[in-house]
Amino acid sequence: MSVAKQANLRTAVFPSGIASVGLGTVERQIPADEPPPLPPNNELRVIGKSFPRPNGPAKVTGAVRFTVDISLPGMLHARVLRSPLPHAVVRSIDVSAAARRPGVRAVLTIADPANPKSAKLGYVGAPVAAVAAVSLPAAEAALHLIRVNYETLPFVADMATARAPASPSVHDHETAPSGHPSGFPAAANLPLNGNVRGPSLVRRGDVIKGFAEADAVVEAEYSTSVQTHCCIEPHAIVADWRADGLTVYMSTQFTAGVRDEIAETFGLPLNRVRVIVDAMGGGFGSKSSLGNYGYFAITLSRQAKAPVRLFLEREEEQMDAGNRPGTWQRLRIGAKRDGTLTAISLVSYGTAGIGLGAGVGSNAEALYSCPNFDGAQHDVFINAGPGCAMRGPGNTPGAYGLEQTIDELAEKLGIDPLALRDRIDPSPIRREERRIGAARIGWSRRRRPGADSGPAKRGLGVAQSLWGANVQTNAACEVRVLRDGTVEVLSSVQDIGTGITTVLAQTVAEVLGLRPDQITVRIGDTEFPPGGPSYGSRTTASVTPPARTAAWRVLQHLFAEAALLLNAAPEDLIAHEGKILVRQDFDRALSFKDTAAHLRTDRVAAVASRSDDYGGFQRRAGQDAALAQRDLGGVQFAEVAVDTETGIIRVERVVAVQDCGRPINPRQIESQVQGGVLMGVSYALFEERILDQATGRMVNPDLEQYKLVGVRETPQIDVVVLENYQGQSATDAYGIAEPANIATAPAIANAVYNAIGVRLRSLPMNPAAVLAALGKVAYRS
Amino acid sequence: MDGAQLVAVRLNINGAVRTAHVAASMTLAEVLRGRLGLTGTKIACNRGACSACTVWLDSMPICACMMLAVDVGTRSVTTIEGLAQGETLHPVQQAFIDHDALQCGFCTPGMIMSCAALLKRNPEPNAEDVRAAISGHYCRCGTYPHVIAATLAAAKAQGG
Repeated sequence: MSVAKQANLRTAVFPSGIASVGLGTVERQIPADEPPPLPPNNELRVIGKSFPRPNGPAKVTGAVRFTVDISLPGMLHARVLRSPLPHAVVRSIDVSAAARRPGVRAVLTIADPANPKSAKLGYVGAPVAAVAAVSLPAAEAALHLIRVNYETLPFVADMATARAPASPSVHDHETAPSGHPSGFPAAANLPLNGNVRGPSLVRRGDVIKGFAEADAVVEAEYSTSVQTHCCIEPHAIVADWRADGLTVYMSTQFTAGVRDEIAETFGLPLNRVRVIVDAMGGGFGSKSSLGNYGYFAITLSRQAKAPVRLFLEREEEQMDAGNRPGTWQRLRIGAKRDGTLTAISLVSYGTAGIGLGAGVGSNAEALYSCPNFDGAQHDVFINAGPGCAMRGPGNTPGAYGLEQTIDELAEKLGIDPLALRDRIDPSPIRREERRIGAARIGWSRRRRPGADSGPAKRGLGVAQSLWGANVQTNAACEVRVLRDGTVEVLSSVQDIGTGITTVLAQTVAEVLGLRPDQITVRIGDTEFPPGGPSYGSRTTASVTPPARTAAWRVLQHLFAEAALLLNAAPEDLIAHEGKILVRQDFDRALSFKDTAAHLRTDRVAAVASRSDDYGGFQRRAGQDAALAQRDLGGVQFAEVAVDTETGIIRVERVVAVQDCGRPINPRQIESQVQGGVLMGVSYALFEERILDQATGRMVNPDLEQYKLVGVRETPQIDVVVLENYQGQSATDAYGIAEPANIATAPAIANAVYNAIGVRLRSLPMNPAAVLAALGKVAYRS
Repeated sequence: MDGAQLVAVRLNINGAVRTAHVAASMTLAEVLRGRLGLTGTKIACNRGACSACTVWLDSMPICACMMLAVDVGTRSVTTIEGLAQGETLHPVQQAFIDHDALQCGFCTPGMIMSCAALLKRNPEPNAEDVRAAISGHYCRCGTYPHVIAATLAAAKAQGG
């Protein structure tokens, strides 16, 4: 470190530890132009309190505008023609009749016979052509006029068949996706052998030696179904291409990222592309990038010289808007008699359709202390729509296998599953979470497997989650104080329902001594400083530290004005309850508003960007992101009742004990955790994309045959959130959305085992699976 | 509209009579959103599976995507835009804010219409009644626990 840089650092003492256990302090070197350490929540007025969402009134009255609600003058409506075949080449396509149809303004040929790569269609629902017309029915009618000559190719629609050497090939080296240097969603430069790509290998120690040293070994295979995102708001875009620049309204989790992608794709300078989202109706990973439909809408707008709206119908959502890949995994774990792990081996095959990213994550590798590990993960291509990230990608299906295997190991060793984890899990956070959760659920009530004698059997189970604390370092925030005393926070970050609007208002209000409702939050627009994405549970961690820093810098301007008026030194001033006060003499005070009135200019502003975590990152993840030192802990307990006559599993209660660093809005965090748990209940019991093996079509591309958890199946959910301080940033706040989802399905699975004494090893755990496991009906593949 | 035969329908919506020129095939949800600018009513599945498009027909909650606009006749339609009394939110709307019974907010208008209809026909519901009232609604964000709490609180607030 250079001398100059050291001169810009200062030493600061931060609260450290878990509040319920007891707080100590930690000393950090922090940038001199960042605010002093934020005290623990019990010493704060605004942060750590459950203020309501500023956009609540607009959402409950229907006034708020989602992308599908936006209508521009002269706007056209687009529809997409999609492949009815799972594997085909477009030999010819005639769009002339569609183009001539009254009302049609632009036609785009997507599958172009002149370009072999684009002419190849890999799944039912793959886009073939798109039309923009003056109305949706006109566009729809025009699709019927497009004549396509398909040459059918042999296809494969299930993973087991696709792995066989004689299987039809989904990709050749020309069309196979190539992975990414970051390793996400899949590593680059892996071998392709038929439809199998990989393995992606992780090794440490010597598993052969480790298994030889083991007193007990458990081994089992697990499989998980394909889950679709089912955002209630469909994917949608309104593209408005004009000579002086492109404006895009889009339901997206990452305005700034979409802007970059558009600029690169269309060869536009960044300053000519603007991406806007006001209200956003759910993404869960599936609205992270421009997407093929975004590209179509922009191209049609450019062609037609008019704004174009394109949104996906529910069937298109189910077939071509991403999904959580299906997986198969075999786990083998060896341990000493006292529970100490000696070896873990993992082999997985997963399928993201024609896409990549079907790994089972890092649980087996990293959740528990084990010197010897061997992991080999493979992607298998099948003729189905591409997968994409979904709430806790990889680790969610991975935990379903690992946490059941650990449960099985505990039973084999005759050790309580919590006691075993106390021995093998190095995290002090999860240790405390196990303690709290066990007391809350009443773990001491847990009995031997299958203890109930009647047909309805009850059980308790536990599982843990592992998730990294992601940080987008390419994230910034502006805070403005205007002369009338109003305050604005600006960032391109988007509120996808997780509540970052509230969190930003609270963060800035705390600094300025105001109420959150006195802060106007203007976000979801790339005209503002880049706010980072709303995925990877990183939004709060990325954008609240620069928000606090920017607010603190603006406050120094106000202090300079107030110091003159109060005849005090700026460093003796504090902002408290709408006033600027002299620290030792509260009678000397000015209102915040009066102070602002003395500003030299109409407004004063500061922009701050996300600095590195104090104490450094665990590692960087590319140019724009990094991984914090901490992990985001999470332990969940489930209580179930299984009806062994009907096979119905009823989840009666879930206790979720989670950690997100400093909690900023406890009620919103509770909402997030409830949502994560419910998505996990849904994954555990109901959700499954079903492909017809004869046609490659999804047979349940809707919301009635594709089963989701509803209010009738919603258990009692107890949410406990630790206050965990580590002094890592200006707010010390991290994410929660994904960790809340990972442990639910395996906790339920372990509870089901405890109830009936038979282990279910595949998702979804529906009545047919339960009855098959109990030997009451034939096995259902 | 694209050469299709248009018919003029008179609809009694949120206490006012509105006339719209619609194709006979258009659903009430499409007319509300596309013709009358009442975009608070959402379309999510467009086939009666998710209840996001719930409005009141007289005082009965229905899926607006499952009814043709020409079939509404003289019955009154109430949408989310017509629920508040001027600036004063309906107790269910206020309770949804207070209990954080919304996340992304896309299913919220429909959910509120069903919960408000419940309080109209049963001013003293219990949690089971709320579950029954919203059993046709899907919320992917998972707001159900807070929706139940909010609706029970709203019942209390209006003296039920």
